[in-house]
Amino acid sequence: MPEPTGVIHDIGYQRYTGPRLGRRQVFGALYLHGLRTAFGLGRSAKAKIFPWLVVGIVTVVAAGATAVRSQIGEVVMTYAQFADNMSWLVIFFVAVVAPELVSRDLRSGVLPLYFSRPLPRSDYPLAKLLAMATALWLLLGAPQLVMFLGAAFTTGDGMRGVWNELLDLLPGLLYAGLWAVVFASIGLLVASLTGKRAFAAGGIVAVFLMTTPIVATLSVMPSRAVNELAFLASPSTLVQGVGVWSLGDLLITENGAGQTESLIGDFGPVYAVAAVLLVAACVTLLLARYRKVAAR
Amino acid sequence: MPTLGGVTLIATESLTKTYGGGVTALADLTVAVEPGIIGLVGANGAGKSTLIKILLGLLAPTSGRVRVLGLDPTTESAGVRARVGYMPEHDALPPDLTAAELVTHLGRISGLPRTVARERASEALRHVGLYEERYRPVGGYSTGMKQRVKLAQALVHDPDLLLLDEPTNGLDPAGRDAMLALVHRIGTEFGISVLVCSHLLGEVERICDTLVAIDGGRLLRADHISAMTSATDVLAVEVSEGTEELAARLAALRLPVRRDGRLLLVELADDDTYDLILGAVAELDLPLHRLDQRRHRVAELFATREPSHA
Repeated sequence: MPEPTGVIHDIGYQRYTGPRLGRRQVFGALYLHGLRTAFGLGRSAKAKIFPWLVVGIVTVVAAGATAVRSQIGEVVMTYAQFADNMSWLVIFFVAVVAPELVSRDLRSGVLPLYFSRPLPRSDYPLAKLLAMATALWLLLGAPQLVMFLGAAFTTGDGMRGVWNELLDLLPGLLYAGLWAVVFASIGLLVASLTGKRAFAAGGIVAVFLMTTPIVATLSVMPSRAVNELAFLASPSTLVQGVGVWSLGDLLITENGAGQTESLIGDFGPVYAVAAVLLVAACVTLLLARYRKVAAR
Repeated sequence: MPTLGGVTLIATESLTKTYGGGVTALADLTVAVEPGIIGLVGANGAGKSTLIKILLGLLAPTSGRVRVLGLDPTTESAGVRARVGYMPEHDALPPDLTAAELVTHLGRISGLPRTVARERASEALRHVGLYEERYRPVGGYSTGMKQRVKLAQALVHDPDLLLLDEPTNGLDPAGRDAMLALVHRIGTEFGISVLVCSHLLGEVERICDTLVAIDGGRLLRADHISAMTSATDVLAVEVSEGTEELAARLAALRLPVRRDGRLLLVELADDDTYDLILGAVAELDLPLHRLDQRRHRVAELFATREPSHA
């Protein structure tokens, strides 16, 4: 008997016998979801405003620098300096995205739904951390790519010029990675402490900005060693210290902060170790935080 | 470990959980249940949620042993959680996601491939009765719809066991009936075992095969619902006058009788009980108002054992 079209057949409940993916794919799914959340993708229009505002600003800055360089031939900022110059926007971006990634889940009570699944409890914070770091790296790296493309197409030295630009770009991208990892781990740790997004955002801004006066105070103390170590006190200057030590002239040009190198003296390795320890401490605390949350 | 012919769904042995502050949530709990719909009843704070968290491997017991679907959740928690669906008691839904997005995402976290997760999410939402609404943000849902989404996310990865913590919380009477009917359907038609937690005995006794009652972390009783009710049916007799005389006459006939307000409750032994009561009423020439069989509510079984929560 021919069935009329458009009839919905209730075939009842179907058991699932197909494949169930392992830990890596599940981690990947959570990571991608986090990365999309960071830029407001798959979310309401309201959630897109701030991330894309920041993306827009950094892109315009990069395009402007590229245009100036191609017209006047003057390098406004190197690839590595780009990250330093954008530090305020990076802080703003972290303050917007980190609460979106973790505070929202704490508040809505969705975590029991994650932790009652075969997801190891450390995977949730690690996937979110990786998503946050990737988002920051893309935020700082993509404009550098814009600058590179601009420079590569206007270079007068042919392939050699492009190659030289590439050698400048790669350390810049690595430096952006350092910014991303340090800021993501601090931002996410602060945001994971509260379910209120406004508090989390305020806390993140406070951690990054309240430490700046400490740096200023320490740098005028009557001790050369204290002055040279002063930049350890704030995440932004800590990252810049590592950059000055590892990148040297890529970060410091004549028209940049010329004497920064002398400001950290021979303590470069100390800055590098401090950055590693800071990230390690933040990740450890983040994991401890979620061990506690999961058992609730 | 007690196993009933290898089909034990959940088994605990001397399970004890003591929290840091010396609070005992579970005390020496030994119980074994077979697949089906299991009602876990107890007052608030009786240890129901603690037991569920131990079953999920989210909390480690202080002492004792536990097995879920033949696995030990303290050592094989991922294996247990892959086969169990959990519906928490409290609000658990991000308001700005749609039900379809959320359930799909959680399906992927349970290990379903992307397209399968999307299909099964739609199916699960359909089974709980959400159709076009599933494309709207959860924030605008009614409590009943939110409860359904929570149930759907527990169902999306096709578990063998559902752990439902107070699924009727916050629902109006019609919503409660609908939710209980849904749970009953999952337990009978879908072939998925269900553990329903509730502080309302009257609700779960309507749908479950097995009843486990705990109080203060201790087991009060665990048995098939039929075993709890079968021998205890009573006849309720109401006469508009002469209640005392009738009670005395029935007692003289050696029928176990007790007063309950204007009613006389007589334990139903067999069909002769009807005749004896009718005969006694006729002899005394009393106006009979009512004579009906009452299922002895399970609550009355527990009443003597847990006076504080009766």
